[in-house]
Amino acid sequence: MGDPVVSIKNLRIALPRGAERTHAVDGVSFDLTAGKIVCVVGESGSGKSMCAHALLGLLPDTVKVESGEIAFEGRDLLSVDQDGWRDLRGRRIAMVFQEPMTALNPLMRIGEQLMEVFEAHDLLSPKERRAKALALVREVGLPDPERIIRAYPHQLSGGQRQRAMIAMALALEPAVLVADEPTTALDVTTQAQILKLIRNLQASHNMAVMFITHDFGVVADIADQVVVLRHGKVVEEGTAEAVLGRPQHDYTKALLAAVPSFDPPPRRSREDAPRALEVVGLDKTYVTPTGWFRPKRETRAAHAVNFAIHQGETLGLVGESGSGKSSVARLVMRLIEADRGTVRIGDVDLTALDGRALRTQRHRIQMIFQDPFASLNPRRKVGRIIADGMVARGTPLEAALKRAQELLGLVGLDAGAIGRYPHEFSGGQRQRIGIARALALDPEIIVADEAVSALDVSVQAQVLRLLEDLKARLGLSMLFITHDLRVAAQICDRIAVMQKGEIVELKPTAALFADPEHAYTRELLAAVPGRKQEVA
Amino acid sequence: MLSFIAQRVVKGVIVLLAIIVLNFFLIRLAPGDPAVVMAGEAGASDQIFVAQLREKFGLDRPLPEQLLIYVKGIASLDLGFSFRQQAPVAKLIAERLPATLLLTLTAFAISLGLGILFGVLAARFAGTFLDTAITVLALIFYATPLFWIALIAILLFSVWADWLPSFGYETVGAGYTGLRHALDVGAHLVMPAATLGLFFMATYTRMTRASMLEVKRLDFVKTALAKGLRDGIILRRHVLRNALLPVVTLAGVHAGTLVGGAVLTETVFAWPGIGRLMYDALIQRDYNLLLGVFVVSSAMVLIFNLVTDLVYRLVDPRIEYAS
Amino acid sequence: MRQFWRTMLRSPSGIIGLIILVLAIVIAVAGPFYFPNSPWRMVQRPFVPPFTLAKVPLGTDALGRDVLAGLIFGARVSLLVGLVSTLVALVVGVPLGAIAGYFGGRVDDALMRFTEFFQTIPSFALAIVLVAILQPSIYSIVAAIGLVSWPPVARLVRGEVLSLRTREYVQAAVVTGQSNAWIIWREILPNALSPVIVLASLMVATAILLESSLSFLGLGDPNLISWGYMVGAGRTVIRQAWWITVFPGVAILLSVLGLNLIGEGLNDALNPRLSREGR
Repeated sequence: MGDPVVSIKNLRIALPRGAERTHAVDGVSFDLTAGKIVCVVGESGSGKSMCAHALLGLLPDTVKVESGEIAFEGRDLLSVDQDGWRDLRGRRIAMVFQEPMTALNPLMRIGEQLMEVFEAHDLLSPKERRAKALALVREVGLPDPERIIRAYPHQLSGGQRQRAMIAMALALEPAVLVADEPTTALDVTTQAQILKLIRNLQASHNMAVMFITHDFGVVADIADQVVVLRHGKVVEEGTAEAVLGRPQHDYTKALLAAVPSFDPPPRRSREDAPRALEVVGLDKTYVTPTGWFRPKRETRAAHAVNFAIHQGETLGLVGESGSGKSSVARLVMRLIEADRGTVRIGDVDLTALDGRALRTQRHRIQMIFQDPFASLNPRRKVGRIIADGMVARGTPLEAALKRAQELLGLVGLDAGAIGRYPHEFSGGQRQRIGIARALALDPEIIVADEAVSALDVSVQAQVLRLLEDLKARLGLSMLFITHDLRVAAQICDRIAVMQKGEIVELKPTAALFADPEHAYTRELLAAVPGRKQEVA
Repeated sequence: MLSFIAQRVVKGVIVLLAIIVLNFFLIRLAPGDPAVVMAGEAGASDQIFVAQLREKFGLDRPLPEQLLIYVKGIASLDLGFSFRQQAPVAKLIAERLPATLLLTLTAFAISLGLGILFGVLAARFAGTFLDTAITVLALIFYATPLFWIALIAILLFSVWADWLPSFGYETVGAGYTGLRHALDVGAHLVMPAATLGLFFMATYTRMTRASMLEVKRLDFVKTALAKGLRDGIILRRHVLRNALLPVVTLAGVHAGTLVGGAVLTETVFAWPGIGRLMYDALIQRDYNLLLGVFVVSSAMVLIFNLVTDLVYRLVDPRIEYAS
Repeated sequence: MRQFWRTMLRSPSGIIGLIILVLAIVIAVAGPFYFPNSPWRMVQRPFVPPFTLAKVPLGTDALGRDVLAGLIFGARVSLLVGLVSTLVALVVGVPLGAIAGYFGGRVDDALMRFTEFFQTIPSFALAIVLVAILQPSIYSIVAAIGLVSWPPVARLVRGEVLSLRTREYVQAAVVTGQSNAWIIWREILPNALSPVIVLASLMVATAILLESSLSFLGLGDPNLISWGYMVGAGRTVIRQAWWITVFPGVAILLSVLGLNLIGEGLNDALNPRLSREGR
């Protein structure tokens, strides 16, 4: 290893009074080296983002650097003044942010935003700036550079926007690139491309990269060095190989163990069991009127979707954003109306029912939602949230609340929770409440729509275990929607892969992973981060 | 772009038609038999005259037919006849319209320009004394009744200080021409335009300030900082441009309020515009004239809304894709 | 609720606003007991300047009427019209917005075209026309102000409902078999309430301004004295007697200011994230 480009020593960043803890970052030290990628890993609230922002002097006003040193090119960044920062930012240290949509000014063309980097440091003539912008756009692999630099951010896809952001960061050949979860908002195939791009550029420009992420799969793919953060402190640090292969600290071990393995465990086939849910020829097209004189825009959310779930079986529905998997979940739940097709539960045709008749059948199929913060009414007590459905079916409130207490016990929460409001619970606990609500109506089928996607990896593992356990105990069938193939591998008996509203492949999990037939399935599987170097 | 304009114009015409229909029924809501009222307004009340009026204005025919006649009349710019003033309503309004346009557009320009300026200053120096001063003043002007501030202005600048003329459009009988005349009108315009603009200026100040502070927190401002751009450029190019979008929307929403405010301002300053005309019609219970002014001011608001929509479209490239 | 009051009372604007409003309500309710005489009655010679006679501390107007008594009785009219017409606007706007937002599609289209139409019409001009045609009275004034004020309510409620409708907890209520009415009432409206309360407090202020403007133009209820009427009456004699115009104007300004401040305080307390709703 060569000399460090950036050396962070004993950095302490104080949080404002009244925060959960006193320091966002508490005595953190590590180095960045030219030509190397350092991954800073941690769960939400670990202080990893603060480290990134400190490196560019972009910390929010509410926090304060208490002590420490960030040595860069012979000076301490913590004592740099505003003019000094202005000179360093973009030129010597550049940053790529998490959300490529919000990180670009919606009112300015991509080219203008690129050329601005040169303007900020009074470099080149306007004409040269344009030529440079074109070259950069080409270097980050954007198609049709002439068109791209004239485009506005909203005219690009998420991956293209992130490429444009990277082009901006590269413009002045900085010595250090700080990337704050740059692929978290992207689909898995796009993520794989962006990771590859960062890897290549970093090597060809010999940059030191600080890469913030929560995803150990990404770490495995991209890191040379790893720093594991927890509650603002470094718990473990070392080469990627060492940290991923031979973790020393218990926390790192637990985190790695919580990452679902890519190897599907062997599962008994349920295909002899009777069908709990059957979906035949489901079609749904969204039509967006764009004006009187313009053709309507059509988005096909579901096209000829067929599948069946057998009793006791979990069917996974995987795909990228916009593939229509969530639409299918909502079509099955009758939350949106299908253009065509049938949804059958046992021998009842759900799509043929309406009004009261539909409401009396709804209890048979229940849903667990993605966002633990949006899925519980903030103004109702937990007990009522769980009991409401039972009351609607005619159970007296007393009895319903008593049952709610039992259910809370079942999902591993204290029965006393019924008298409290949702905001008093953590994300994982809220998701448990959501599960209790779904179970309250004794359903035959559970539809879980990205039910663990919003959770930190350790919490995610717990909730997945709970779901598996409950499913087995209560003999439920499940439709499990996810974008995460690792999760799908662990929980699904069979998996259906969706692309552009169609199921392109449907197979038992093990068979799908061992022998993907459709080109898209292969692409999807290849893109899963950390695939080649299976973590611990 | 053209198709957008066409679409908006068609929409505007539909709304205008709806307003005309509403107007038609409002006339019928007015107390008394319209013919008798009209005859009364004309100062005559004999049966034959009433019958004549009834026939002339088609008041003896069934309601839908009357509506058709009414709409046709308006399409040929016939807004009816004002018996009190003994002149066609359209002619009366046409005479007064330029003065109102001069007043409202001046007030609009002043309020938007100064409002944005003060809003930017307050946001730029947020938390300082300047910000507090601007915010408090904006809050007060936002709560001040228009007609009252106009009277206070007269009291201060005409009665006590004698700096500015307190009523009218020009110095009557002075016979100024050319530049002298323009300056004379300008002097008469200062107080009405300033007092009419004050409320709106306060609104735009508050909106610009709030919007700037909100945009300042957005991610792309952080991107701009990370590029090493100077604060001035970030403020102008990234923050202000985005922050002005809601201000443009608000300006469109306020067009109607501006026209309404002109009624009060013109009344206080005896400014010879259609607002003053409306007040006169009100005092004399001249319903034809009243409703004529109402239709014309609605049309003005429609045109103004169309313009703000166009401006919005020009400044926000995303709009084309929004539904 | 305790949290709410704490936030409300921590914002200086909320406190000042509350003080002004409470004061105005006390004056409106209790004031007339101290001034049993009709504010229309002549009590002194005309044009008594303020602060000269203890009996009429704020002076008299052109007809020798007590300006202070006028202010006190006028407070009743202003507050009453402000509150009742806002209620009218809420009663029209909330259900319309809720229905449009919840059911969407054609219902939404139709209701929103209707709302847009009302929003395009210059509201003050429409109010003038309505009051003039219906003849000035407290009822026609309340009706006119209510009628021109509901569109922002409908739009706000629709927007809130539209975004809440896709919220996962509302979908959860649908899949657990709740009826539409139950969902709107229990799941959606309680969560849409905060911005409506904020808007309502600002609407009371706007309604007071509208009422005073109408009265100023001579469209007030002829039997009730109001601040706008007083300003209008003092207008012609402003050169001789400034106080007749100035005091009622200050009264309007203070009550509108108070309500706006309360609106800001409410906004801070109810919507932690700054909400921007164009009015």
